[in-house]
Amino acid sequence: MTASLGGVALALAFLAALFAVVAALAARKGDRRWVLASRRAVYATCALLTLCVALIEIAFANDDFSFSIVQQHSSIQTPAFYKLAAMWSSQEGSLLLWAWVLSIASSLALYATRDRLREIVPYATAVMAGVASFFTGLMLFAGGVNPFSTLSPVPADGVGLNPLLQHPSMMIHPPMLYSGYVAFTIPFAFAIGALVTRRLDASWIRATRRFALIAWALLGFGLLLGARWSYTELGWGGYWAWDPVENAALMPWLIGTAFLHSIMVQEKRSMLKVWNACLIVATFALALLGTFLVRSGVLQSIHAFGDSTVGPYILGLIAVVLIGSTALIVSRLDDLRSQKRIDSLASREAVFVVNNLLLVGLCATVFWGTFFPLIAELFTGERASLAAPWFDRYTTPLAIGLVLFTGVGPLLAWRRVSWASARRVFLVPGAMAVALAVLLVLFTDAAAEQWAFALFVFAAFALVGLGQEFWRGAAARRSLRGGSLPAALVGIVTRNRRRYGGYVVHVGIVILLIGVAASSSFQTNRDVRLAPGERATVDGRTVTYERPTVAVDEQKFTLGAVVRVGQDGKSFVLRPSRRFLRPTGTSGGTISSFFDGEATTEVGLQAGLGSDFWIAMRPDVTAVLGQAQAADEGFRACVRGAPGTPPQCRAVSQLMRAAAADPALRPSAAAQIQGLQEATAARIAKTYLEDGTPATFRVIVDPLVTWMWIGGLIALAGALIAIWPARRPRRAPIADNELEALKEAKYREIRDAELDHAAGKLSDEDYALLDAELRKEAVEILDSANGKPQKVVQS
Amino acid sequence: MVALGVAVLLAAALVYTSFSASTEAKQPSQLLGAAPGTSADLTGRVVQGSIEQEGEGLRFRVADRDGGGESIPVTYSGTVPDPFRGGREIVLTGEVENGVFVGERDTLVTKCPSKFTTNDS
Repeated sequence: MTASLGGVALALAFLAALFAVVAALAARKGDRRWVLASRRAVYATCALLTLCVALIEIAFANDDFSFSIVQQHSSIQTPAFYKLAAMWSSQEGSLLLWAWVLSIASSLALYATRDRLREIVPYATAVMAGVASFFTGLMLFAGGVNPFSTLSPVPADGVGLNPLLQHPSMMIHPPMLYSGYVAFTIPFAFAIGALVTRRLDASWIRATRRFALIAWALLGFGLLLGARWSYTELGWGGYWAWDPVENAALMPWLIGTAFLHSIMVQEKRSMLKVWNACLIVATFALALLGTFLVRSGVLQSIHAFGDSTVGPYILGLIAVVLIGSTALIVSRLDDLRSQKRIDSLASREAVFVVNNLLLVGLCATVFWGTFFPLIAELFTGERASLAAPWFDRYTTPLAIGLVLFTGVGPLLAWRRVSWASARRVFLVPGAMAVALAVLLVLFTDAAAEQWAFALFVFAAFALVGLGQEFWRGAAARRSLRGGSLPAALVGIVTRNRRRYGGYVVHVGIVILLIGVAASSSFQTNRDVRLAPGERATVDGRTVTYERPTVAVDEQKFTLGAVVRVGQDGKSFVLRPSRRFLRPTGTSGGTISSFFDGEATTEVGLQAGLGSDFWIAMRPDVTAVLGQAQAADEGFRACVRGAPGTPPQCRAVSQLMRAAAADPALRPSAAAQIQGLQEATAARIAKTYLEDGTPATFRVIVDPLVTWMWIGGLIALAGALIAIWPARRPRRAPIADNELEALKEAKYREIRDAELDHAAGKLSDEDYALLDAELRKEAVEILDSANGKPQKVVQS
Repeated sequence: MVALGVAVLLAAALVYTSFSASTEAKQPSQLLGAAPGTSADLTGRVVQGSIEQEGEGLRFRVADRDGGGESIPVTYSGTVPDPFRGGREIVLTGEVENGVFVGERDTLVTKCPSKFTTNDS
């Protein structure tokens, strides 16, 4: 019943999205009724998909196994929390999530632009609704991926959610990544609209910048959560493996980062229009590619979720997006070209261009490495793959370059900077970086790892430079308005959210990269095999395997260890363990069936600002498994009542025979057998405690890895600051023409120059020159806005 | 111009080094008669019930992905991903020594099981 309701809602959502496309195209001549109709159709799609998601989630919560999606991905025993997250562990559920998030983002974007961008919006609506109808249509027509397909007869229980996925991150990691992918549709759609209508000023960028930033933040947070999950749960102690699916999420993030920087150049200087159009198309295509890779199984990946039916369709969509957008950009080249050139290499826009090239280079490297197996097969006929060292070789120098320019960029003003100004801002950060380099060489062996050493030095430069920006900004504000330093800091950040939010992101990313460099270059990583009571020394710490632990319940057999780690007279205890789970969805069964299902590692982790101590255990289960199998054999003999079975078995045999004859006795017989099996399992567990079987431990001492998580969270906070709408009285409704856009951008430029001068970034002469230039340009804009027959000089 | 030059250089370096740094993916049937010292990414399916603990490492057998054909013995030490067990598909970098595929430390990748698709056992 609810399934058919859901099926109808999904079909209606598809039709509503299709109607939105048609209505939007009908609205391109500016008929307000069609504009309204298309917008409402998008809202309707959103409402219908929300209903679909709600119905699926209710089915999961109620264990409604008539839904095939519920039966395949959940079970009665699945904890309630994971029942709700199980939706997106399935192919059809994640497609629904895609379409749903897209419909939400599209509705928000259309609401935000309801009075603006009249020419662009119809085309943007058509693109967004087109993508939405593609994904809803996929669920309806591709076969095997309809979330509302049902099972008959209704099974009593489900297969359950893979225990590897039962981790709190499951609740947020996949939705974050998907939302990040999806949200890039919005700037893409508006870019297409701007290209079609040749409205190529910065107004489409201003309308969708926030969506690009949200997409970037969500994708980045999703990546960070994935890294954390891998580190704490997967039992190998790493956070990044250059796995194709990780790369697939990293690539749109990198290009998205480049896009967020280069659109500032377009906003301020009306340059790089072709580049920006290409970047957003690439970002969107890569986001689709990410969705495709997760679901297709073309590349070997730990995330490969099995071959699927939807792969070819998504590939088709990517082809359409790439070919269509390229044709569109080429046909608009004349409008996109900018007459201006970068004034000077010592300017912020020049640094942005360099940073863009580095980011695109990084992405190209990752792309090549990720798809190399396919490329190699094409050329040599043999599949071949590239391992982590190959990726590291190229990404390390590029990332270090990025850190350097992360430091340089914020110190430079727009347009040009004279030597005198530059000296003023570079002096302190440069001196501090050199000082750190000397200290590191004298007191640590960091210089042995040249790449990490370079990164630390550049990171110090960047962090001090950013700190100086905050300091000088706050000092300038204090000299104008007085007040305390913290109040001044809050003041400059709230008044310039984009600028200082961006700086906070930079601080976070630099701290994150310090963590990456330190933990990958200076990690100690060893396997030790210890019997209870034995100890080993790893990186100056004594690791003592004090005693084994066991725990048995209906679903899992847990073998663990109490490990004491001592250093410098202090010690702490960690309890790593490994859980052996019965195949999902069964709670009874033979004792050895504990070892038929998944096994998961619970690591022991002592995190610290200086370094993390990480330990995972791999117990030797040979003996336990042997005993379990022998016990199972014994039970089978007992049940058969074979001659020669021990006397305590006779009761069991009699019971089984009686139960075979009388169905009423079966439940109690089954309960009794299960009780006996549990007792036996407990006995076997106890022998493990006494045997003194050695276990293998993977011990990792990871310096500064905590900085990664802290840096990531700082970057996220910075993104939130930049996203948060500024609280200022709403001025006259933002007019929808190029001149208004230019005027507003010019005002902002004048204000930025003022701030840069106040913060000491521009010398008095530089500022006087720049300010005169900007004001002249502003007057020219105003003149032409007032209808004077003067040509607008977009300089 | 400079940017273009750098881009071309990077591209050339990527292409050149990737072909020399990559290892070929081989199935067990392709490796059985291989000369000692042949290095490869072994891909295949772990034979059920073949996994044994051996000191700090593991010893098991890997058969072709479709399950047919002969299997090759494998030794491996290093981290074992959680999903690793009999019947799973793996990828392991290493080389052939005396008919045994010796895996490089920490290179074992196990493909996720497919509780994710509808038609899996």
